[in-house]
Amino acid sequence: MADKKATREAYGAALAELGEKYDFLVLDADLAAATKTGMFKKKFPERFFDCGIAEGNMVSVAAGIAATGKKVFATSFAMFAAGRAYEQIRNSIGYPHLNVNIVGTHASITVGEDGATHQCSEDLALMRTIPGMTVICPADATEAYAAVEAVLNHDGPCYLRFGRYAVPNLTPELLPDYKFELGKGITYREGSDVAIVANGYMVHLALEAADILAAEGISAEVINIHTIKPIDSELLIKAAKKTGAVVTAEEHSVIGGLGAAVCECLSESCPTPVLRVGVEDTFGRSGQVPELLEIYGLTAKNIADKARRAISLKK
Amino acid sequence: MEHSKQKQLKQIANNLRISIIEGVYNAKCGHPGGSLSIADIMTYLYFEEMNINPENPGDEKRDRFVLSKGHTSPALYAALAERGFFPKEDIKTLRKTASYLQGHPDMKGVPGVDMSTGSLGLGFSAACGMALSAKVSGDSYRVYTVLGDGESEEGQVWEAAMFAAHYKLDNLVAILDLNGLQIDGAITEVMNPTPHDEKFRAFGWNVITIDAHDFNEIEAAFAEAKTVKDKPTVIIAKSVKGKGVSYMENACEWHGQAPKEDLYRVAIADLLKIEEELAKED
Repeated sequence: MADKKATREAYGAALAELGEKYDFLVLDADLAAATKTGMFKKKFPERFFDCGIAEGNMVSVAAGIAATGKKVFATSFAMFAAGRAYEQIRNSIGYPHLNVNIVGTHASITVGEDGATHQCSEDLALMRTIPGMTVICPADATEAYAAVEAVLNHDGPCYLRFGRYAVPNLTPELLPDYKFELGKGITYREGSDVAIVANGYMVHLALEAADILAAEGISAEVINIHTIKPIDSELLIKAAKKTGAVVTAEEHSVIGGLGAAVCECLSESCPTPVLRVGVEDTFGRSGQVPELLEIYGLTAKNIADKARRAISLKK
Repeated sequence: MEHSKQKQLKQIANNLRISIIEGVYNAKCGHPGGSLSIADIMTYLYFEEMNINPENPGDEKRDRFVLSKGHTSPALYAALAERGFFPKEDIKTLRKTASYLQGHPDMKGVPGVDMSTGSLGLGFSAACGMALSAKVSGDSYRVYTVLGDGESEEGQVWEAAMFAAHYKLDNLVAILDLNGLQIDGAITEVMNPTPHDEKFRAFGWNVITIDAHDFNEIEAAFAEAKTVKDKPTVIIAKSVKGKGVSYMENACEWHGQAPKEDLYRVAIADLLKIEEELAKED
């Protein structure tokens, strides 16, 4: 079993290590200990600026910094970065297409006990609607680290989503030749009966679902779409043509996130039955993460159930 | 300030006011009132205060300007055109589909525009970011931003004010255009944001209050700002909304509408009269 590590931990480690190689500033809004930007702050105090509990200001400050030619990360919980500061992201960063990386940690249901006000299941939907925004949701610690380096080499605004809860770091053992490329999905497992398209926390559950299905003789392809925008249409269409049935799995509202993006892509280019696993148009609640994942259907079993249904919808 | 210089600046400011009226009239919409009220401040910034070069608008060492009250873009465009950043005749294309002169400033499309603005409060924060950036890299450029008094009702303005004082951004000067009017009426009646001086002082700023249309006071305020260490400066500039156009002065309804032809002619006649009187001065 792979080690477990939260993607926010990898974010902090990446900032602290890549800070030696790349010149950038880091902003946070009084959450440095939780978002893990504190790891960077400790090492590079002169390049870290706490903006206090004022996310809107932080985002527009980041725009000003970027306008003078410096790279910058602006960090808070997903709810307050993508949610509270949406308008600042759109107008201060998106419209002028500035080099700001907005980072939302503690996204969605796996926040756990803090409950609905902090469980942002809408951030990817919000960020996806901003023209020119690159939207990334890494699956594990290895991918999270790679994503941070990728955005440092990218021109234009990016939103990165990281989780609070530890997730198995599967990449090193499953993909020894792993290479992160913005906008390029990763096929973890080839299959012929159904394609499971997942991202973030749900990728390791998609692999478990594929095991459940394999035991029944169903061959499931598993794809990780870490970059929701721009989405890897080519890979999705190829998988849809091959399998004829698709299930999406995301720790996000089924409205506007990965499921929606896959539907948008396939309905126009390769109409295919797509069933979505995600947060079903509802708010979260307080509780321990394993209980909450069951309550909201974010499980391997639910993915497998939807996969069987998707297969039954094939023409 | 020498009289000849003052006269010259007044003439330039009047040219800006004519450009503002031309732009808004040709667009058939826009925001003349708050553009006219800042014409003198914009003139001083672009012709005296700021280290800028129309030949090299992207110079990394230049001073920065952010029009946080982005709806008064006609004043910014007028100043940029007058200073030679783009042709003055382009002012007449303001707000038209084929024009690069958007209703609110677009830094990607207009030479000399340092930040895209329009949504109130955001530009002030961006100016703070620029000033912080200069501090980090040890650059000596200064950052200027013009805020509206109605804009100061936005919470983000006070988040930015807190930030600038906290990080001791003495390379930042905010000019608050206190013309007393916003779309729905007097600022004191819509949602009273006064007193600005006491608020900014309490937030840790150096506060200077001036007559926005007196170049001696404008000059003295910017000079003082340069001497203040470890604190940002706000210049509270008491202005007349619609300044220079008889029927627009202190008239709330000219916040956001363009004059039709008859009133356009009156406006231009008012401004040409000022030009004539200035020419007569020794």
